[in-house]
Amino acid sequence: MGTETEFGISVQGQPHANPMVASTRLVNAYASAELRARRARWDFEEESPLRDARGFDMSREVADASQLTDEDMGLANVILTNGARLYVDHAHPEYSTPECTNPLDVVRWDKAGEQVALDACRFASVAGEPDLVLYKNNTDNKGASYGAHENYLMKRSTPFGEIVRHLTPFFVSRQVVCGAGRVGIGQDGREHGFQISQRADYFEVEVGLETTLKRPIINTRDEPHADPEKYRRLHVILGDANLSEVSTFLKVGTTALVLDMIEERFIQTDLTVSRPVASLRAVSHDWTLTHLLERPDGQTLTALELQWEYHNLARKYVEQRDGDTDEQTLEVLTRWESVLNRLERDPMECAQELDWVAKLKLLQSYRDRDGLDWDDAKLHLVDLQYADLRPEKGLYHRLLRLGRMQRLLDDASVTAAMHDPPEDTRAYFRGRCLEKYPDSIAAASWDSVIFDLPGHDSLQRVPTIDPTRGTRAHVGGLIDASDTALALFSALTR
Amino acid sequence: MAQEHKQPRKSSETEDSVEAGTDPAGAAPTDAVSERKERLDEDIDAILDEIDDVLETNAEDFVKSFIQKGGQ
Repeated sequence: MGTETEFGISVQGQPHANPMVASTRLVNAYASAELRARRARWDFEEESPLRDARGFDMSREVADASQLTDEDMGLANVILTNGARLYVDHAHPEYSTPECTNPLDVVRWDKAGEQVALDACRFASVAGEPDLVLYKNNTDNKGASYGAHENYLMKRSTPFGEIVRHLTPFFVSRQVVCGAGRVGIGQDGREHGFQISQRADYFEVEVGLETTLKRPIINTRDEPHADPEKYRRLHVILGDANLSEVSTFLKVGTTALVLDMIEERFIQTDLTVSRPVASLRAVSHDWTLTHLLERPDGQTLTALELQWEYHNLARKYVEQRDGDTDEQTLEVLTRWESVLNRLERDPMECAQELDWVAKLKLLQSYRDRDGLDWDDAKLHLVDLQYADLRPEKGLYHRLLRLGRMQRLLDDASVTAAMHDPPEDTRAYFRGRCLEKYPDSIAAASWDSVIFDLPGHDSLQRVPTIDPTRGTRAHVGGLIDASDTALALFSALTR
Repeated sequence: MAQEHKQPRKSSETEDSVEAGTDPAGAAPTDAVSERKERLDEDIDAILDEIDDVLETNAEDFVKSFIQKGGQ
């Protein structure tokens, strides 16, 4: 699993600056300052499915160097030694975490991405150029929205209809846990008020392929970046960008748990809610958490009650597995339960853990102190500045420094994740190769690393088609023992 | 409070809470916890003052000039 974050970007003093130029400047600044494997390009070539024995079936059918380098000239698109990708997507800089196996690692590499983005800003802020500022949010409140996506590897054998049926009600309701909070109602934020989610107002259909217009609650993009016979990658586009570590942990942790239950055909109850798109928005617009969702049989329940349904199923699911559950899944269950209990009692009890509550508490305090209405520019500013990545300006960061936000990780662990890959996925192979053999990597992507080796006329592609291969256990010793890329390649193909 | 935010966070107090599988804030509030909460709530004005110091100065202009192109 992993996340992708499109950051809001502004050029100080130039509200109409070209965002693609600014984003490109940012990514290139990071590449020049930090990356030794600067010439390594993102490999856009389609991967053909290849059987793999050890995870590294060698393909000798390779592209010529010139073919690979000319097609994406000028496109800022780099691969980091932590296995992540930093690039320009549409009009935003975007960071994709490396592939992770558990929610806490997703939090770790997601937070590392914020630090990478922040460093990129600093590197780009050279004399004579206006400063760039990044925001980890999802809307400018003037009609534009940009995403914070999640990806989950799933078994191909799970029928998509089952995913849609059981995941839609979960997605309608999960925002009460992992929403980031927003001042303004409607796509252009014209109506006054606070809502739980940044993204809810931008969703228009239940299921579909689009990501930039007519956004669907369930996205059908089918691009597994892995063996398509075995896997699908569920691309989740409706989530908010979270700053709070607990919010991100619960967002991906509870979603992964629900997907696990769907894969194992554990959910027999039908939790369908009527009119999911309208319901998604209604839940977001009601931060008292009392809005009643309708079920097709006419019964009603709140989003919190719906979350309890999923939580209770998950608890039974874990109990049934009888001890065969990892610690993090248990931690997800415990935190989920605790948060739901407190949201039910008084949402403000979650102000140190959940983004939307932390933000709301701040906003309400301002309203109380200064007698502000919801249309006051200062409240909009608080909403925006909560997401400012700079520790000296960002309000999330101020709250953190004031001891008002809970953390799951320490700074050292996040800093290490800016450079080191996870050890238990193929990101390990990608990241270590880039770190150790920067001059010998011509390109890389999720499912391949392409070497440019002395004595070889053509480039050599190493497919990494199985996300669970290429781990430290698989290749750590081999990379440690190989002083050169050629030695590694020879060892792999021997 | 003053003590609390001057202490650098240590890995032991952060990672442990995850590994222990318990929820530090979720349990029924003990006296110490509710006391601490009250103290924090009294402190909200101090927090707003601190935040006032970092808020951009012209809220209306600043918010207006945050214009993004659409994304995914």
